Amino acid sequence: MLQLNNIHKTFYPNTPDERRALDNVSQSLNPGDFVTIIGSNGAGKSTLLNILAGTLLPDEGDVWIDGQDVTAWPEEKRAKLIGRVFQNPLMGTAPGMTIEENMMISLGRTQRRSLFKGVTKKTRERFREHLSTLEIGLENRLNSKVGLLSGGERQALSLLMATFTEPKILLLDEHTAALDPSKESLIINLTKDLVEKHQLTTVMVTHQMEQAIDLGNRLWMMDEGNIIFEANEQAKKDLTVPDLLNEFEKVRGKRMANDRALLAK
Amino acid sequence: MVSALYGAVESGLIYAIMALGVYISFRILDFPDLTVDGSFVTGGAVASVMIVGGTYPIVATLAGAVAGLIAGLITGLLHTKGNINPLLAGILMMIALYSVNLRIMGQPNIPMLNETTLFTMLSSWWMNLNIDQLFMAPFEWLGMASFAPRTFYIIVSMIVIVLVVKKLLDFFLRTEAGITLRATGDNQSMVKSFSTNTNLYIMIGMGLSNALVALSGALVVQFNGFADVNLGVGMIIIGLASVIIGEVLFGKDKIIRMTLAVILGSIVYRAIYSLALRVDFLEASDMKLITAIIVISALVIPNSLEKSRAKREFKKSKQRAALNREQEGEVQHASAK
Ligand SMILES: Nc1ncnc2c1ncn2[C@@H]1O[C@H](COP(=O)(O)OP(=O)(O)O)[C@@H](O)[C@H]1O
Ligand SMILES: [Mg+2]
Repeated sequence: MLQLNNIHKTFYPNTPDERRALDNVSQSLNPGDFVTIIGSNGAGKSTLLNILAGTLLPDEGDVWIDGQDVTAWPEEKRAKLIGRVFQNPLMGTAPGMTIEENMMISLGRTQRRSLFKGVTKKTRERFREHLSTLEIGLENRLNSKVGLLSGGERQALSLLMATFTEPKILLLDEHTAALDPSKESLIINLTKDLVEKHQLTTVMVTHQMEQAIDLGNRLWMMDEGNIIFEANEQAKKDLTVPDLLNEFEKVRGKRMANDRALLAK
Repeated sequence: MVSALYGAVESGLIYAIMALGVYISFRILDFPDLTVDGSFVTGGAVASVMIVGGTYPIVATLAGAVAGLIAGLITGLLHTKGNINPLLAGILMMIALYSVNLRIMGQPNIPMLNETTLFTMLSSWWMNLNIDQLFMAPFEWLGMASFAPRTFYIIVSMIVIVLVVKKLLDFFLRTEAGITLRATGDNQSMVKSFSTNTNLYIMIGMGLSNALVALSGALVVQFNGFADVNLGVGMIIIGLASVIIGEVLFGKDKIIRMTLAVILGSIVYRAIYSLALRVDFLEASDMKLITAIIVISALVIPNSLEKSRAKREFKKSKQRAALNREQEGEVQHASAK
């Protein structure tokens, strides 16, 4: 379903500010796979998602989605295949528009817009049905401005909008990091339900190891532009937080040894 | 006095169509579009030249609107494809249109006093209906016949035209395309992320905005009986003032309320204008300054009110925090004992 071949990405190449964000990443996901990604700050997780979404172009390598080479597709075209939720709840919705109108926008992935009709009864019913699965009462507030919703509610709406049209790939970049703990668990549960309901191939970045272990069937750990550890479905079942910490320590130890070697020179 | 206000309602209605255009660019698309100063005249220029050339006035008026549509599309293109910042794109178009307008008109001023315009047509049609008496009746009944305007045809026909424009706009803004246009102004990157060509919608919005502005220009030259190449100077600020006055006095969240508020804002602006002209020490030429002051205060006052409110809240919360700390300190002190 998703394939990454030898992806390289360096910011500001050949300058003193050079940042190697991705260093030869190759991976593939099968339909319905749900991978969680953890890794330290600056490991390249967001860069990887941006390259999948087409927001960034890789310096080298190619991206395949659903059997098509999409590397050169502009973001807009690729968005037909991809649903996305960001960390900031303000990014995924239009605050000055109603819930219903926001849902209307998310239909853009699957249909052309009419010049002659607005939100029809039938569409409204469909929206209401999907909104009710969130179980936070948004289905009764179709005409409320989204700007009046809380951060958690807005993020739940963003998640629904990104998923209910069943994109080929769902990208989640720390989409619960800006929420307080009670809202966070709400969004995580919704993520589980929606991914399962629509059988979505999902890539989710998180900073919480428990989440990374609980959710999905695969796990990648990233550091300095590489995937330094991965667990497949079988291995992930037995994975624990101490295991992950252990892996982190290993990498960190290696890095420190490297630094020492450099200093010794 | 009353007849001055009556005139204010008339021209307020004609300029309201321009204000609706400014509402689309400035508020809906969040695009401060200065094309308006040029496209207003373009509408008037095309309409007047065609009317003098013998074209049917309705056709000439619509052709004026189409010219504005094209101007708006070009501004949109400069911004979206040319990556030129909105303000600069508008200024460039405004300057370019000045030359274009002169080319269209062939001279800086076109008189149309003896031509058949939309208004002369409406007038003769109205006279045939012979219903002015009907409208006069209430004035006479109140013993205010001297306050009544000579004829009601302009105000009645403008109400009809403005309402038709408003209804069409309200309808469009609630279609799927209209919703997408509004969302593009609200959160462009989100709309884009749902695989929508937002550049296209920005261009549609800019085209529509300037079509309305030019339509208003085409009506104004027929109302005035002449077209002038300098007619558009400061038009964007007049549009903005109308939008802001409307929002402050009559604004509501709903689209149909907002378009109504803009129309009423335009009428109130014209009323302020005609009242200001009656103040002895003010002259007609001071009006641009007064308009600018209206816009500035409408932009600054709500902001500074908000700031001082936030400051007070902050002080209060600091005091509260200090109080809490003191109390906690006492509690700890007590428990330590
Ligand atoms: N747009 C950008 N311009 C320059 N450097 C960037 C940009 N985005 C990311 N980087 C750099 O690339 C590296 C990886 O960043 P990122 O993918 O955001 O990490 P993560 O999401 O894992 O925290 C970092 O060193 C970061 O500073
Ligand atoms: Mg990140």
